[in-house]
Amino acid sequence: MKNVVALILAGGQGTRLGVLTEKIAKPAVQFGGKYRLIDFTLSNCVNSGIYKIGVLTQYKPHLLNRHIGIGKPWDLDRKDGGVTILQPYSTEEIGVWYKGTADAVYSNIEFVDSYSPDYVLILSGDHVYSMDYNELVDYHRAKSALATVACMEVPLSEASRFGIMVTDLENRIVEFQEKPKVPKSTLASLGIYVFQWNFIREILIKDSKDKNSSHDFGKDIIPKILETERIFAFPFEGYWKDVGTIYSYWESNLELTRPIPPFNIHDENWRIYTHSEEMPPAYISKDSKTKNSLISEGCEIYGDVYNSVLAQGVEIGRGTVVKNSVIMSRVKIGDDCVIENAIVAENVFIGDGVKIGVGNFSESKLNKKIYNSEITVVGMDSVIENKVQIGKNCVVGNDKIVNKDVPSGEYI
Amino acid sequence: MKVLGLILAGGKSEKLGPLVYKRASAALPIGGKYRSIDFTLSNMVNSGIIKVGVLTQYNPRSLMDHLGSGKEWDLDRKKGGLFILQPYIGFSGEYWYKGTADAIFQNMTILRRGEEDYVLIGSGDHIYKMNYNDLYLYHFSKGADITLVTKDLDDSYDMREYGSVVVDDNMRILHFHEKVENPPSRKAFLGVYFMNKHLLMELLYSTVPNGGNDLLLDVILPRINELNVYAYDFKGYWRNIKKGVREYFKINMDIVCDRNVRDELFYENGKVYTKIKDFPPAKFTANSSVKNSIVADGCIISGMVENSVIFRGVIVKAGAKVENSIIMQGTVIEEGAVVKNAIMDKDCLIREGQKVIGDFEPVILEKRTTI
Repeated sequence: MKNVVALILAGGQGTRLGVLTEKIAKPAVQFGGKYRLIDFTLSNCVNSGIYKIGVLTQYKPHLLNRHIGIGKPWDLDRKDGGVTILQPYSTEEIGVWYKGTADAVYSNIEFVDSYSPDYVLILSGDHVYSMDYNELVDYHRAKSALATVACMEVPLSEASRFGIMVTDLENRIVEFQEKPKVPKSTLASLGIYVFQWNFIREILIKDSKDKNSSHDFGKDIIPKILETERIFAFPFEGYWKDVGTIYSYWESNLELTRPIPPFNIHDENWRIYTHSEEMPPAYISKDSKTKNSLISEGCEIYGDVYNSVLAQGVEIGRGTVVKNSVIMSRVKIGDDCVIENAIVAENVFIGDGVKIGVGNFSESKLNKKIYNSEITVVGMDSVIENKVQIGKNCVVGNDKIVNKDVPSGEYI
Repeated sequence: MKVLGLILAGGKSEKLGPLVYKRASAALPIGGKYRSIDFTLSNMVNSGIIKVGVLTQYNPRSLMDHLGSGKEWDLDRKKGGLFILQPYIGFSGEYWYKGTADAIFQNMTILRRGEEDYVLIGSGDHIYKMNYNDLYLYHFSKGADITLVTKDLDDSYDMREYGSVVVDDNMRILHFHEKVENPPSRKAFLGVYFMNKHLLMELLYSTVPNGGNDLLLDVILPRINELNVYAYDFKGYWRNIKKGVREYFKINMDIVCDRNVRDELFYENGKVYTKIKDFPPAKFTANSSVKNSIVADGCIISGMVENSVIFRGVIVKAGAKVENSIIMQGTVIEEGAVVKNAIMDKDCLIREGQKVIGDFEPVILEKRTTI
């Protein structure tokens, strides 16, 4: 595929993931054991033959930058093209943060121009899906569109979370509603756009001068241009997920452990690449039961693991039971623990006899909107000392040391 | 101080049978995702060596495929990096390597042109983890000309299979006995040499043209009284897969059964690097029962696995049983099949309900066997 530059928007905080994105950007959050969210989009690009990629970062980018590096794991360490990290920068006049998705692209016009592409793909760094972008671009060309928006049918109850499109028989978009209270259809935008570069370039320059614009593709650009231009919807039929909430993050991870998962990370024809640590294969001891789970390299399992996803280098002690949980890299769990319905972030140390996610449900005292999901979340680099009990729906922040019990719904 | 690493990976090893029909023993898969050469190569890289020559001869293709540009070991470099030293046809004729000394002699250019002061020579089929920096320090503290790495072997090794070393109180090597019926000591030479590069060049020039082709027997031993040759005792885990199928099987089982071995090999003194294959994490389904086993990335386990090493991308379907076995990459074991005491090379297929059962000597299935 020639003449396409992909820009991956990876600057978002993802506030609805709570403590999981307090220290890192959402695209750097681990998913599916050994991966980070941005791996899915990056892998889609290289699997589609796109090797000119800009990653636009803004919020807490350190871990993300280190993860991407020079792009080696994705074959993006290239003489020509490859991956470039595009952070906000200051100019002669002023240093400014990216104000919105459109502004982020506008700020990097020179980067895109340097490749003089025909098309530019705007992607998001925090979606889980596999899409052959060739199909999208081919469709865009076949329709002689100036812009094409990938979209998917969603349940009516969820439609108000998305940008909703009304299309004609030809799939041309006639109306676009950003997060509407009363959706006119169930065709949702996936935040994946392909534009004719010279076309959108002019639009972005114009938009940057518009004081009334919030400089966002969904809110401003798309609704404005579809009044006069040929903008099409590309119906996507595969799996696509914006794991935006604690619950959907937890659920989508656990879905991967199903016999026939809705999203197949084992697809040999669509490998997902990542920068992972070099670790030996997982060891499962003679006393452990490991069922319905994904276990990554470097794990040492002496206890039982059910319906869970374990990232690299996780240790599970003797007599410990881990159930319905997502355990991230290098988490050490001692002996005789019970971990249920939990998300344990990277580098957490859990002592012996600890119970997490047990007891009765109680509403979250920290933030109902974010945390009310029966899932207990333990932030990065925290330590849970021996015999501590942490209830359901609890939140342990990053870098905390927990030495006394935490009742359901509480936070530390 | 700069050190050139040389890895001897050219030998043929009859004792490994079908496992080395199509590959050098240095390329033999081990421990679920590694090849034997990964250990010595990683040791070198972890010890700060950035220029490594790999001497190949016997069946090198899979080894070459594995090493590639040396990327995975950080040896894809502008300066230094990985050099593959295969036999070649020169202006004056065609010569296979006649021995270890001859192999290095024929590649004298890499010694002559490099700016290294010292040479570390290791073998591509030894499984151990070592920080060679300790060896360098020892070498200098002894004022040695040559230091050979040795180890006091316990009863699980047959000393008749190893070179036996006799040292004085100061660890200077007095005698050496290559694979003799009644070895005078249980101190074995581990095939690792450390010496000054110019000394090596001088020794080779004065020996190889006169028909001495073996580095230890023809080059070093005849001069053991003139040179200060010291033994450096290695205390850690060390095994040589070339000693046979049982030894190969034992090493894999040591990795499975002994956490100390796993910790020592994979987490101490740096990591072991290998070719990355980008498989997803291993998946265990509702019916799986896995005990005391190593399971690599990309596996889908629905059956029973016990006391085994399962390489990347292996599929064990529901109702299948795998016991005391080594199953290499890409093998599929279908429903109800039974595999016991077996070594299954890459991409084998065991059909529904079939049985592959070995006894004390494990059955070996060649690459791409279907049963």
